[in-house]
Amino acid sequence: MTLLLKDGRVVDPSRKADGTGDLLIENGKIAGSGGELRQTGKGREKKVPHGMEVLDLRGKIVVPGLIDMHTHLREPGFEYRETIASGSEAAVAGGFTSIACMPNTNPVNDNRSVTEFIRRKAAECGLANVYPIAAISLKSEGAFLSEFWDLKDAGAIGFSDDGRSVMNAALMRRALEYASSLDMPVIAHCEDRNLSAGGMMHEGFVSTEIGLPGIPAIAEEVMVARDILLAEYTGAHLHIAHVSTAGAVRLIREAKARGVRVTAETAPHYFTLTDEAVRTFDTATKVYPPLRGLEDRDAVREGLRDGTIDVIASDHAPHARTDKEVEFDYATSGITGLETSLALSLGLVEEGLLTLPELIEKMTVNAARILRIPKGTLADGADADVTIIDPQREWTVDRALFRSRGKNTPFHNWTLKGKAVLTIVGGEIRCRDC
Amino acid sequence: MKLNRKDILGIQELSVEEINLILETADSFIEVSTREIKKVPTLRGKTVINLFYEASTRTRTSFEIAAKRLSADTINISAATSSVVKGETLIDTAKNLEAMNPDIIVIRHSAAGAPHMLAGILRQSVINAGDGAHEHPTQALLDMMTIRAKKGGIAGLKVAIVGDIAHSRVARSNIHGLTKMGAQVSVSGPATMIPRGIEKMGVVVHMSIEEAIRDADIIMMLRIQTERETQNIFPSLREYAQYFSLNRKNIGLARKDVLIMHPGPINRGVEISSDLADGPHSIILDQVTNGVAVRMALLYLLTGGTS
Repeated sequence: MTLLLKDGRVVDPSRKADGTGDLLIENGKIAGSGGELRQTGKGREKKVPHGMEVLDLRGKIVVPGLIDMHTHLREPGFEYRETIASGSEAAVAGGFTSIACMPNTNPVNDNRSVTEFIRRKAAECGLANVYPIAAISLKSEGAFLSEFWDLKDAGAIGFSDDGRSVMNAALMRRALEYASSLDMPVIAHCEDRNLSAGGMMHEGFVSTEIGLPGIPAIAEEVMVARDILLAEYTGAHLHIAHVSTAGAVRLIREAKARGVRVTAETAPHYFTLTDEAVRTFDTATKVYPPLRGLEDRDAVREGLRDGTIDVIASDHAPHARTDKEVEFDYATSGITGLETSLALSLGLVEEGLLTLPELIEKMTVNAARILRIPKGTLADGADADVTIIDPQREWTVDRALFRSRGKNTPFHNWTLKGKAVLTIVGGEIRCRDC
Repeated sequence: MKLNRKDILGIQELSVEEINLILETADSFIEVSTREIKKVPTLRGKTVINLFYEASTRTRTSFEIAAKRLSADTINISAATSSVVKGETLIDTAKNLEAMNPDIIVIRHSAAGAPHMLAGILRQSVINAGDGAHEHPTQALLDMMTIRAKKGGIAGLKVAIVGDIAHSRVARSNIHGLTKMGAQVSVSGPATMIPRGIEKMGVVVHMSIEEAIRDADIIMMLRIQTERETQNIFPSLREYAQYFSLNRKNIGLARKDVLIMHPGPINRGVEISSDLADGPHSIILDQVTNGVAVRMALLYLLTGGTS
């Protein structure tokens, strides 16, 4: 298939490109972009070759296919929450052409056969590129390293015991060292599980008033501090997942200034909501790390602005109704994010916190560099993963319309601005008017 | 005046006018419990379900007696005997109860927010009989009723609440209620028992019981839950009793006419010495008596009664 994307605003932070122009896609690759096509444009409508689809993208934004480096696809083991197929549908509907999935499935992705299973399932449904993140430790139990080398050969692109923080500092040290010899990132879910034990929400005035047990910010921060020290000592690449507190942002900022190889991500709910949202006891607001205080939310936004936080990732965590329609204490934690992530993030541009290229950088090339995947660029010859965004489109979030099986969102009925309207993966349109 | 709300979930959302309405209505029900025949026909034909997911003697009995004295039919369900043990969800249990057309559902649950969840889905009135460490509105109302009866009012009184504030729904509801009614409230306990930001609820925090009870008109002692010992909230009951109990030695710091309250059940010799619990300053059993009247008032007002 040949596709000519005409007259869109092409924003490609990987090449520091931002301007109105065209993009040509041929044989699944980017075949040319920007001014060149423009210059040959005189009367080009007439010269459109047979079989070429031409899209008029005036007023639209053309960006490298978005990457969400932190999702939970639930398969194998929790198919009633999500499958690789339904998660992939949600991804392309949300504008994401590549997603990385966390290993807390059942069985845990701590061995080659689970990694291969995920990749095969993803290939079968053929929508988004799915990159498995493998477990740091066997069963993510925090005792013994999984086989990093074999997992890498099978297609894993990083290691994480997401959802189950590595409490043993010696194990974390070895994980960082071992991963560094493979040039792969260790993605840390930073939570001191003794400090967070029993907690349901952020510990602060709201938890004091409504009587839910708190998870203090320091539960995250002591682990961020520990892991930064370990990364500094080992020289390995540490990536910190779902940063949610002011202290964590400060620690990462200081570490980067010292030259530590640390990168970081946050999720839209952390720069959008605060613990005030939990007052209604709506279990859709239950998430780990929890929605934090206002000063934390503002610090996360500042971290995004000044570059301390490299990536926006949704931490897409679909749950079934039966997981969430229970008492707050018993509800599972997590927010379905793939289909609202882009619009919530575009809000940062609307507010002037980030420029559009800065935002797109955090949703494309930065994640690609962290994961060492050949994505996130519109350079000639690159895989033709492209997302077309209508920045003006206003829409109301309706969880019933989610492609994801998870309807657990605190943003239901929110009116948002900006939407992916076309998602192209490997030169094929995978979602149109999504 | 009518109480214009479907549910009683907490004191936080009640206005001063609503609290006064409830307390005045409760005052008028006191007399019923002193009659030879302790029954009025007010709620005849109404059904009240007590849905208790947490052990309770006092509160459940109090609700049951309140309903019976108003001639309502009452059903008590406790978690151990319900379909909870078969794994039914709270929502399903509640929907099934709703299908049998009761008028009021009283719920106690260890999870904060459980009554709010039910209130959102049920046609019936829901009364919160205690949800986790969140609220226990009927306890605070009966406490305020008792203080009012003994002191003639609440505004301007110095009230000290002592104990595990962090885990206490009684403390939260009373802080909301007493501060709304104009009392000066202080709280005290070891720092492990004082939740973050509590002063923003309008109370003063004291690190010693002595400071908290100095010149107090009312001292409200909270029950120490012995299982907190294993969570390092305090090292031992022995030490707690030595440094945070109300006893004959420190009671002298309070006003001469101080009143001692406790939501029960009391740990004699831990948070309060037996001689004080049974002594002339104690109004612990008056609280229990008034609890019936407050619950009668709420059942009456929620079914459309007027003051």
